[in-house]
Amino acid sequence: MKSFTYEKANSPAAAASAAANHSNAKFIAGGTNLLDLMKLEIETPAHLIDVNGLGFDKIEPTSDGGLRIGALVRNTTLAADARIRRDYGLLSRALLAGASGQLRNRATTAGNLLQRTRCPYFYDTNQPCNKRKPGSGCAAIGGVTRQHAVIGASEACIATHPSDMAIAMRALDATVQTVRPDGSTRDIPIADLHRLPGDTPHIETTLSSGELITSVTLPKPVGGTHIYRKVRDRASYAFALVSVGAIVQRDGTGRVAVGGVAHKPWRVEAAEAEMPRGAKAVTARLLEGARPTKENAFKLSLVERTLGAVLTEAKG
Amino acid sequence: MKFDTPATTNPIDQLKIIGHATSRIDGPLKATGRATYAYEWHDRAVKPAYGYIVGSAIAKGRIASMDLSRAKAAPGVIAIVTAENAGKLGKGTHNTAKLLGGPEIDHYHQAVAVVVAETFEQARAAAELVQVDYSAAKGSFDLSAGRQSAAEPPGGGVDGQPKTSVGDFAGAYEAAPVQLDATYTTPDQAHAMMEPHASMAAWDGDRLTLWTSNQMIAWTTGDVAKTLGLPKENVRVISPFIGGGFGGKLFLRADAVLAALGARAANRPVKVALQRPLMFNNTTHRPATIQRIRIGADRNGKITAIGHESWSGNLPEGRPETAVNQTRLLYAGENRMTAMRLAMLDLPEGNAMRAPGEAPGMMALEIAMDEMAERLGLDPVEFRARNDTQVDPEHPNRPFSQRQLVECMRIGAERFGWSKRNAEPGRQRDGRWLVGMGMAAAFRNNLLMKSGARVRLDRQGRVTVETDMTDIGTGSYTIIAQTAAEMMGVPLDKVVVRLGDSSFPVSAGSGGQFGANNSTSGVYAACVKLREAVTQKLGFNSADAAFADGQVSSGNRSVPLEQAASDGELVAEDSIEYGDLAKTHQQSTFGAHFVELGVDAATAEIRVRRMLAVCAAGRILNPKTARSQVIGAMTMGVGAALMEDLVVDKRAGFFVNHDLAGYEVPVHADIPHQDTIFLDETDPMSSPMKAKGIAELGICGVAAALANAIYNATGIRVRDYPITLDKLLDHMPNA
Repeated sequence: MKSFTYEKANSPAAAASAAANHSNAKFIAGGTNLLDLMKLEIETPAHLIDVNGLGFDKIEPTSDGGLRIGALVRNTTLAADARIRRDYGLLSRALLAGASGQLRNRATTAGNLLQRTRCPYFYDTNQPCNKRKPGSGCAAIGGVTRQHAVIGASEACIATHPSDMAIAMRALDATVQTVRPDGSTRDIPIADLHRLPGDTPHIETTLSSGELITSVTLPKPVGGTHIYRKVRDRASYAFALVSVGAIVQRDGTGRVAVGGVAHKPWRVEAAEAEMPRGAKAVTARLLEGARPTKENAFKLSLVERTLGAVLTEAKG
Repeated sequence: MKFDTPATTNPIDQLKIIGHATSRIDGPLKATGRATYAYEWHDRAVKPAYGYIVGSAIAKGRIASMDLSRAKAAPGVIAIVTAENAGKLGKGTHNTAKLLGGPEIDHYHQAVAVVVAETFEQARAAAELVQVDYSAAKGSFDLSAGRQSAAEPPGGGVDGQPKTSVGDFAGAYEAAPVQLDATYTTPDQAHAMMEPHASMAAWDGDRLTLWTSNQMIAWTTGDVAKTLGLPKENVRVISPFIGGGFGGKLFLRADAVLAALGARAANRPVKVALQRPLMFNNTTHRPATIQRIRIGADRNGKITAIGHESWSGNLPEGRPETAVNQTRLLYAGENRMTAMRLAMLDLPEGNAMRAPGEAPGMMALEIAMDEMAERLGLDPVEFRARNDTQVDPEHPNRPFSQRQLVECMRIGAERFGWSKRNAEPGRQRDGRWLVGMGMAAAFRNNLLMKSGARVRLDRQGRVTVETDMTDIGTGSYTIIAQTAAEMMGVPLDKVVVRLGDSSFPVSAGSGGQFGANNSTSGVYAACVKLREAVTQKLGFNSADAAFADGQVSSGNRSVPLEQAASDGELVAEDSIEYGDLAKTHQQSTFGAHFVELGVDAATAEIRVRRMLAVCAAGRILNPKTARSQVIGAMTMGVGAALMEDLVVDKRAGFFVNHDLAGYEVPVHADIPHQDTIFLDETDPMSSPMKAKGIAELGICGVAAALANAIYNATGIRVRDYPITLDKLLDHMPNA
C-alpha cells in the first residue's frame, strides 16, 4: 500500500471538488473493495476522500412513485427495506446473493456499482493487465478463463463485472444521480453507467473525473414476479458463474438482465420481446455475437438453462 | 518403552477419562483470544520489526539484476535480505526447492527478498519498490504433456516401492470376463488453512528463538539449523498453537527462514507472516495426478486382476504423490500391479496434504469400484464386500491387525437408508433436483512413529506433560491430558499440557493421522515411568499399586498422590518405540462414506444433502474431538469433489487462483448434515493406547462417494475432479 492523504468530506460538492483538486484521488465509502486493492497496489490513490459523513443514507419515495436510494445506504439495509422487498424483490434477492453478511453490512449502494473485476490476472501485479496497467496486455486472454466474459469483450480485456446488485438495478431501469466538481448534477441511466472494455478497459464507467454518485433512483414498481438466480460452484460466498435477474409479468412478458457474462450488467431490451417464446429464443438474442473461450463456452447454455428455470418458476 | 508385543490390559483400559467425549481443554483460550499464535507473541519481543516477502514474478529462470535502492530509501526500512547478501544457506532435509530463491528461480512466488521495516505497512510498501529484472526460461508446467516423459521415481510408496507386481496381472486382466480400464484425474490442491505461515525470530548472539506455526517441531528445528548453518542446539522452535496446517506446515518454510535472516540483518526481532496471495505458489501443495485403473473380475464379482498406475509431477528432487498406496491393500485379487511415474515440472513444490497418497488415490479407485459394480450388476456395497480380504493381498501370511471394512459398509448402509437408492441412475427427482446416493470405502494406513514425553508431578498433585507434540486444531492437548489423567488417576483439571517447544522431548508430531496414537503412547510411556517413581517414593510395590481418585493404593494402604512429591517434584521421561508388529501385521484404518446429494436439473449445480461416515480405527480416545476431525475431513472431501482446484496457467507456470476468493473451499451452506459412527474397536497391535489414526480416514473416499452419487443422480460419470457443473451441463437431460 502506498502512502496517501485523507480527508473527510463535509458536503457533496466539496467532495467532488476535492477530487478534482487532487491528481489521483478516490472516494472511499465502505472500502470493502478499494482497501483490498490498495493493499495489493492495484489501486494507488494519493488522496482518499471519505464520503461516509455526507448523509446519503436514506431510502426515500420519489414524486413519481419510485424510491431514491442514498449512495451510502448499506447493502444490508437496502436488502432488508420493506419497500424494496415488497416492490423490488429482485434487488433484495440480488443483494442477498452477494458477498457475506459482514461485507453487506459495510458495502454501500454506490460502491457496489463501482466495484472492480475479480479477474485473477487483474489481481496479480506480476501479470500484464490492460485494466490495471493500460497498454501492458491481457494475461487472461489465452490463459485461465472459466470465469471470464463471453460477450462484449475486446482484444484488450475479457473481464466481467462482479456485482449482483447491478444486475437487478439494470433490470429495474435504475438511474444514477451524481454531482460534479463544479456543483452541477446529472442523471445517468444505469445502462449508460458501465462501459464495455473496448481498447480502454481501465475506464470502466462514464463518470467524469471527480464525479460523485449521490443516489440511485428506482422508477415506480413494475409489478411481476421477481427472481434472481445466481449459479455458482459453492452454495454461498462466491462470485456468479452466471446470474439471471428477471421480472416476469403474468402475460409472459418481462425483463431479464444477466451477470457473469460481460464487462457490465448484460441486458438486451430487444431480446425481451422473445420472452413469451421461452428461454432459448431470449438467449439467442441476448447472447447474439458471443465469443466465448473453450473454458467458458458452457456459460452460453448455462444462461439459457438458468433462464429456462427462472421462467418456469415464474409461471408458478 | 519398546512396544514389541501386543498390548495387554493396562491402566488406559479403565476408560475413566479416555474414551469419553471431552471438550477441548484449550477451548476457552481459543474462544477468548488468549491462545497465542505465531504472530502474536507481543510480550516476548519488545518492538519487533516486520518483514514482508517479495515473491518471484517468474516460474523459472534467473534474476538478471536487482535494484534495492528505492526500497532501502523508503520510510522505516531497516534491512533487505536477498540470496546475494544472506550469506551461505543450506537446504532443509524436508525441502525440495530453496526457501530463498536467486539467482536461479525454481518456481513462481519463490521468495527472492524480505524487506524489514519498523512497521508492517512500511515493509509492505517498500517491498513493492524492490526492482527485480528476470531472465525467464522455458519451463514444464503441464502434467498431461509431461506424462510421456515421466520416469520411475527413486522412492515413494508405503515402502518406497515405485512399482509392485503380484501374480500375472496382464494375463488375468486379459482373461477376465468383466473388465474396467478407466483414467481419472485429480487437480493440484492447496491446504488453504486459515492461519498463514507466520514466524517471529529473535537472536541472542548465535542462538535463535523462533516462534512459528509448525506441525513438526523436531524436523523444523533440524532444518532451521541446516539451512542457517547453526548447531541444532542453538535453535529453539516454539509453536504451541497452530491455526490449521493440513500438511502445509510440516516443514520449515520461507516465513521462518526469512524472519531469522531478517532478524540477523536488522539486529532485532522480526515477524514475518506470509501474505495470503503468496501462500498458494510460495509453499507446498498436493500435486495433480493422472491415474489409470484396470480391474478384471469374474461374473460373480470376484476381482481377479487389479492394477493402478499414477502419474504426478514435481520439481527435481521432489517425490511423487503416492496415489496407488491403498490399491495394494484394500481389495483382494490374486493378480495385481501398481506403478508410479514422476514428471519433472517447474510448478511449486508438491508435498503432503490432507492424507497424501490415499486421498487422491481413493478419489480414483472408489469411482472405479462403483463403475465395476455397475458392470457386474452388483450393489456397490456387495461388490466391495465380496472382495474383502483379512490379509495383506501381496503377502497372504500377513494379516490385518483389525479390519472391519465390511462392518462399516453394512452398518452405514443400514443407518443411511442405502436400500432406498435406485440403482438405475437419473430416476430420483425432488422438485428441481435430481437426487442421488453414493458410497465409497474409506481407507488410510496407520503409521507408527517414535514419540517421547516428559511428565512432572508437583506437590499439589498436579501432573504436567511436556512434549514437542503439536495441536494443529486437532485436540492433541485434550487427548494428552486425558491420557495423563487416566494413567496417574487424577481428574482432567489436575493435568497441565505443554506442547510445541523444541526444548521438550521429541514427539511424533502432527501429520499423516499419526499424531494421536503415537503422541499419547509416548505420554503413556512417560507416565509408566512416573508411576514407578511414585510407587518407589511411597514404598509401594509398583506392580500392584492402583492410581485412582488422586490416591495411590495397594491392599489397605492408600496415600495421596501428591505426597510422592512432598520433598520435590518427580520427573519422568520416556518414548514409545515400536518393534516389528507393523511388519507382522498390516495396520490400517477402515470406514465407509455415504452421501446423498441433489443436482439442479437446470443448472447442474451440485448440493450435498447429507453425509455419513462409519469408521473403524481402533480405540477412539475422545469421541468429541474425533468426530470433529472426521466431519472436518468429510468437508474437505466435499471440497475435493466439487470445487478445490489450483488452476495452472500453463504458459507462465503458476497457480492462477492464488487467494481465498479464487480457491474455493466449502462454506457452511455447502455442508447441511453430517453424521459419524465409530465402531467399537481396540487394536492391541497398534500401541498401548490400542488406538489408531482417525482424522485422515475421514477424507479418504469422500470425494468418490460424491462422484458416485452424482452419477446415481444424473447418469453422468465424471472422472476428472473437481466435478463442476460445466462438466455435467452438456450431458444433462433437458430441464
